[in-house]
Amino acid sequence: MAKDIVVGKIEPGCKKVDPILVADNVTRQFGGLTAVNVEHLEIPRGKITALIGPNGAGKTTLFNLLTGFDKPNTGSWQFEGKNLAGVPSYKVARRGMVRTFQLTKSLNAMTVIENMRLGAQKQVGENLFAGLVQMWRSQEARITQLADGLLARFKLDAKREDYAGSLSGGQRKLLEMARALMSEPKLIMLDEPMAGVNPALTQSLLEHIKGLKANGTTVLFVEHDMHMVRHISDWVIVMAEGKVVAEGEPGVVMKDQAVIDAYLGAHHDTDLGTMKKGK
Amino acid sequence: MDWIQTFNLTVGVILDPLTAAYILCAIGLSVHFGFTGLLNFGQAAFAAVGAYGMAIGYLTLKLPLLVAMGFALLCVVVFALILGVPTLRLRADYLAIVTIAASEVFRYLMATSAFKDVTGGSNGLSQFGYDFFDWNPIPVGKYEFGPFSWTEDQFWLRIFSFGLVAIATLLVWLMMRSPWGRVLKGIREDEDAVRSLGKNVFSYKLQSLIIGGLFAGMGGIVFVLSMSNVQPQTWVTNFTFMVWTVLLLGGAASMLGPIAGGMVFFALWVFVNEILAGMSNMGWLPFLDPAQVGQVRFILIGLALMLLVVFRPQGMFGNKKELRFNG
Repeated sequence: MAKDIVVGKIEPGCKKVDPILVADNVTRQFGGLTAVNVEHLEIPRGKITALIGPNGAGKTTLFNLLTGFDKPNTGSWQFEGKNLAGVPSYKVARRGMVRTFQLTKSLNAMTVIENMRLGAQKQVGENLFAGLVQMWRSQEARITQLADGLLARFKLDAKREDYAGSLSGGQRKLLEMARALMSEPKLIMLDEPMAGVNPALTQSLLEHIKGLKANGTTVLFVEHDMHMVRHISDWVIVMAEGKVVAEGEPGVVMKDQAVIDAYLGAHHDTDLGTMKKGK
Repeated sequence: MDWIQTFNLTVGVILDPLTAAYILCAIGLSVHFGFTGLLNFGQAAFAAVGAYGMAIGYLTLKLPLLVAMGFALLCVVVFALILGVPTLRLRADYLAIVTIAASEVFRYLMATSAFKDVTGGSNGLSQFGYDFFDWNPIPVGKYEFGPFSWTEDQFWLRIFSFGLVAIATLLVWLMMRSPWGRVLKGIREDEDAVRSLGKNVFSYKLQSLIIGGLFAGMGGIVFVLSMSNVQPQTWVTNFTFMVWTVLLLGGAASMLGPIAGGMVFFALWVFVNEILAGMSNMGWLPFLDPAQVGQVRFILIGLALMLLVVFRPQGMFGNKKELRFNG
């Protein structure tokens, strides 16, 4: 299993058989605090990779840096072999690397279906002049069809015409994920997809994420829900104090002493499955 | 009190070209604020650039009037670029500060005696634009429609100015139902969300600033045509705040909002003035001398604006649901 993913020895920053994203020497300082200090990191293509670590480990900051929402002090990274450092966030998304946010950014004053349509890329009608002369009608119909398919998969089809603001927190998470998928990304980066999602939805969300992998999409996600991490991820990367401290298969890495020290702390002897939020 | 005169003035102002000028500025502001969320507190400057652009194009550059109008709109685009390129990367509230400052800078630039030969300094420019009435296809005569009574020139000016209002409204309607408009509405709520979906937010904000500015520029042109002059003191911040009141009264993110807002606002503006002046003349308002009526009107407008924002933020035509979900 690990042989499909890794070349050589399994260690923090190890080489992957087929990396989709490679980052080198990425640092970000906030004043005197070094939030991120990643020497080398590779994300395997076509797999589900979990990025875990205690609060303040720099996971979200790393997400922000890689997607162009924040600027690093140093560092370079390549997505599919092409440099992505210094590329503005909207171009990162156009290259096929789309993210969601820890604090859900559903557009609440728009309907669910309009949120979805906004996610589609290369829309003719998003040019002012083409928009004025109605050249976008046929493409809009295709986009709407794609959106309706995704909404049905995420069980949001009944909410199609509702304003996103009227959805529950969990449904907004689903909507944000579905909207990100409208662009048919190569790599989707989910920042805490389970936060605030009720247990009944959790199971279907896990299935959706597995479904993405089946469709050939690479998934990288940040999550505190160990149950989810263990359940669906092929690979786990552990960060602490801005650094990558461990990597490995979920079953192995969660028994790693460095991980237990950095992350699990006092809870290391309890069943990880019972650490779910709200319990 | 002369009720018939009060009625005629109140109704007459509804189709006044100056009302159309304010409506055009408010349509521009609806693109900026209503649909894109840009807090532009310098709409007076966009109108002033249009007004001065036309006057200077005509008087100094000796352009034919129609070409001078085109020149005016070009000036507006340049102004929007100068204002937008450095500031649209900033957060919304900074834009408000920069726009209000820019509009004052532009006004003082026009008023200063340094460029008196071109701008006319503090006296402004006058006695021009009569070619506009040479275009008038309407035969000489008196035109009466119910309470309205116009000469052929007055009629022509109203057709032109409200024609522009109709065209602007149609354009905004077409833009906002297109995917382009959808991106703007997304930006209004959360720029980062739209960025994460691969849209060049900066470019859209700049386009919005230019388009809304162009409508205001048209408003400035209408203003100048109806007055046959342009003066720096017209474009004070009060102008901007009146445009804001018109917009918020009608509804910031609605098609008919600016039109209805402008008509209701100016009808009330005139009506309140007539009533207060009449009562003051009859000695019913011992605490208010007739010369103060004008100021009291501004106090009432300020009060109305506050009440509007607190109790009916969506205005007359806005969609309450679009405002209800914030956060």
